[in-house]
Amino acid sequence: MSAPAYRVIVGMEVHLQLRTRTKCFCGCLAVYGAEPNVHVCDVCLGLPGALPVLNAEALRLGVRTGLALGCTVARRTKWDRKNYFYPDLPKGYQISQYDRPLCTDGAIEIDGDDGATRRVRIRRAHLEEDTGKSFHVAGTKHSRIDLNRCGTPLLEIVSEPDLASAEEAGRYLEELRRIVAYAGTSDGNMQEGNLRCEPNVNLVYENGDRTPIVEVKNVNSVAGVERAIRFEVERQDREYREHGRTSKNTPRSTRGFDDTTGTTVHQRTKESADDYRYFPEPDLPAVDVDPALVEAERASLPERPRTRRLRYVQALQLSAYDAGVLTADRRVADWFEAALGPDRTAKTVANLLTGEVFARLNAAGKAIDAVPFPPARLGELAALVDGRVVNAPTAKQVLKLLWETGEAPAAAVARLGLAQVSDPEAVRAACEAAIAAEPAAAAALKAGNEKAGGRVVGHAMKALKGKGDPTLVQRTLRQLLGLPS
Amino acid sequence: MTSPLDLPVAEMAARVADRHDSLKAADLVDAALARVRALDGRVRAFLHVAEEGARRAAEALDARVARGEAVGPLAGVPLAVKDNLAVAGMPLTCASKILGGYVPPRDATVVARAVAAGAIVLGKTNLDEFAMGSSTENSAFGPTRNPFDLERVPGGSSGGSAAAVAAGMAPLALGSDTGGSVRQPAALCGIVGHKPTYGRVSRSGLVAFASSLDQVGPFARTTQDAAALLRAIEGPDPLDATSRAFPAARPAAGLSGLRVGVVEELEGAGGDPEVAAAVGRVRAALLARGATAVPLSLPLSKAGIPVYYLVAPAECSSNLARFDGMRYGARVDAPEVEPLYARTRDAGFGAEVKRRVLLGTFALSAGYADAYYKRAMAVKTRLRVELAAAFSRCDVILSATSPFPAFRVGEKAGDPLSMYLCDVLTVTANLAGVPAASVPAGLTAGGLPVGAQLWAAEGHDDLVLSVGAAVREATGLGYVAPAIAKEVA
Repeated sequence: MSAPAYRVIVGMEVHLQLRTRTKCFCGCLAVYGAEPNVHVCDVCLGLPGALPVLNAEALRLGVRTGLALGCTVARRTKWDRKNYFYPDLPKGYQISQYDRPLCTDGAIEIDGDDGATRRVRIRRAHLEEDTGKSFHVAGTKHSRIDLNRCGTPLLEIVSEPDLASAEEAGRYLEELRRIVAYAGTSDGNMQEGNLRCEPNVNLVYENGDRTPIVEVKNVNSVAGVERAIRFEVERQDREYREHGRTSKNTPRSTRGFDDTTGTTVHQRTKESADDYRYFPEPDLPAVDVDPALVEAERASLPERPRTRRLRYVQALQLSAYDAGVLTADRRVADWFEAALGPDRTAKTVANLLTGEVFARLNAAGKAIDAVPFPPARLGELAALVDGRVVNAPTAKQVLKLLWETGEAPAAAVARLGLAQVSDPEAVRAACEAAIAAEPAAAAALKAGNEKAGGRVVGHAMKALKGKGDPTLVQRTLRQLLGLPS
Repeated sequence: MTSPLDLPVAEMAARVADRHDSLKAADLVDAALARVRALDGRVRAFLHVAEEGARRAAEALDARVARGEAVGPLAGVPLAVKDNLAVAGMPLTCASKILGGYVPPRDATVVARAVAAGAIVLGKTNLDEFAMGSSTENSAFGPTRNPFDLERVPGGSSGGSAAAVAAGMAPLALGSDTGGSVRQPAALCGIVGHKPTYGRVSRSGLVAFASSLDQVGPFARTTQDAAALLRAIEGPDPLDATSRAFPAARPAAGLSGLRVGVVEELEGAGGDPEVAAAVGRVRAALLARGATAVPLSLPLSKAGIPVYYLVAPAECSSNLARFDGMRYGARVDAPEVEPLYARTRDAGFGAEVKRRVLLGTFALSAGYADAYYKRAMAVKTRLRVELAAAFSRCDVILSATSPFPAFRVGEKAGDPLSMYLCDVLTVTANLAGVPAASVPAGLTAGGLPVGAQLWAAEGHDDLVLSVGAAVREATGLGYVAPAIAKEVA
């Protein structure tokens, strides 16, 4: 008897580090990778008598991120203490938000596994301070604590369980990362811990049985999230089939992901719900969020990356691949759009950008802002290509000049006489000469061997000093050989 | 011959600030240190005397005066500081073992401001551990004694500061008041103690007990002196998000037409008849000078003690979580982190602190928070409303500060509930955030001081203190030095 089919249900909790210069409640620098315990003060160390004071920039970035996620921003929000003991939590409580989160009811769209758009609802996004870091030194009885991260601002983003697979969870994280990078509110770098996630995974069977929800911790990459979820799906299904474990007879639990083995390991059950003894933070007044701030942030939000990507496909007729490449980084997309114009096609601009320009950037290990000329110049070159003033090899030559000397494309073409030969008489003469010079290849082409025709085309182009209009050359040759064009 | 230490603060400071006057800050500090040496072996008001530091600060101030520099309104005035307020470079104990040898890196805002105004920090004074108590017996370093009767307590939790001022060792002192911890010891020691409007004075550098109730307040022999210290320390502080500016208080009303609220629920209340009689005499004197009595009812004030003993322990259970032996203070080592916390906190905290941490942890626990903490907070909010309504009908409320005068050391130490009732007349002002001061109202037949408490609406601290001054004029009652203080110059 085969077990009934199941659906995978995944919800995501994401901790996003907001890109503030200083920490959430004190003036210490919020930086990654410094010597341990150098960016600390009496407030983030929780010294007796020290009090938190809200960093307005953390609130602004929280509002901006919430808006970028389609959330409603609360008119009034407040702070709560989440009480628990841990060595890297100096005050014995974390300043967080419990019942009045800054942002609620958002959603982002991703591509579902079925190819349709999947809308993933965001239940809430609230601000809180980060903890320090503990390092358990192997072979010793001691742990080391670094409190530099203590008090840096986080936005905890909690999704509804709207994701149906490991791959969708991965796409959700990628999209979230692009959205916050577009909004400029976080670096979203998982390696540096700017974006940390805890997937909640369980299965629902056709007969209504559910496996107990498992929260997975210690996941540090998108690939890791996908692996962890795939592992959990298999494990939970096996537990269900072999031991009949369901949410009715088994408590929720937390498991840790081991990146080296790709497995999850039981950490603790949530039988007794964690009691954080939340209560309103008496050291911080409630915050009345200025509607003008919300409107200013809303007005200055960029188009969402996914919207932009779909627009590139639909309105600009780019391939899905090109659209994805161009919108992966907002600066690239902005640069690309600045190169567009009425006398050139988006496709040509995209080809020049993702081809020749990216190749040069990649070779130099540089980002888009290292291109030594303004986007409009690339647009001018694209216009020359689309107007069939230059052909592809010439375009490459012009781009090289543009990159190295800054010479404007039209000027370079004029100065060096690089305009392509589109004069039908000149092309016809070159083609006739080519057929005469390559009779065997011409005969093969005539017989339908397109590959062999390359030699004839090559000969004609050579006669035209490489500047022949490739389309005209092709058409003329076929005409002369009596082939359909 | 009177000591310059016994001058009004304004006069003392003005003379120090006058380069042509013979009185120097160093003289005041020397006189204060001499009194500490003579008396404090018996009173035990101080946990730390900053002899060297105070002398150096006084000399530096005198040098500035000699150079013709302007100095502040507290120039040269010795100041005793409750030892739950940070003074950079001096040990901070909160009268607890758990802080070990902790020395804070910077001054509390109130200390920095008082020093900027010219005050000289004389030392740190004793308190109930973490300000939890009403007798200063809950100090890990032993109780402070009442200068009027060394067998009796000075009140608490700011008992050290109150005793220091009452014994004449310092003209001014800072305390903190969460449920009466400035006013009640002021009453028991026969001096003035003021709890400012919540938010008027910065809490930065005050070791938190119950953050939503804590306020730093001045002790002095007169309301004028207390006002001088309040002026120096009040005002919004960028380091305390709950500190606020209050509009300039209304000009001190004369007694004529002053509406004095008399709260039914606060009268008698099982207190000492001598206390009730003393407060009655103060009221009669005010009415005789043109004030009118306004009978009032504050039904929710009866809930003051239960509400206070839920809110304050709840906040304290969280505020004291940082004392975990990890980063500073005492630590009792253990092979694992959980027992390290448990052993450190068990050894470091005294019984009353543990009792309140447990009570507060319970009150905030899942399943209990709704019945206890949240309900208490709801009553607190209604109490504010009730009190605001009362102050639309009267200018000040007059009541006793403490139901009884100073009790004997040990008398209530074994009975926490009767100790909690010491606060029955004071907690309401903390819960409502309004200002209240205790002013001297004479002595009992046995020679123990009695305090009268004046309360006003939020922000009207000046009214409280000016009516306090009027009480003194009307009754002739004020600070009188205890016998012990007369032993020294």
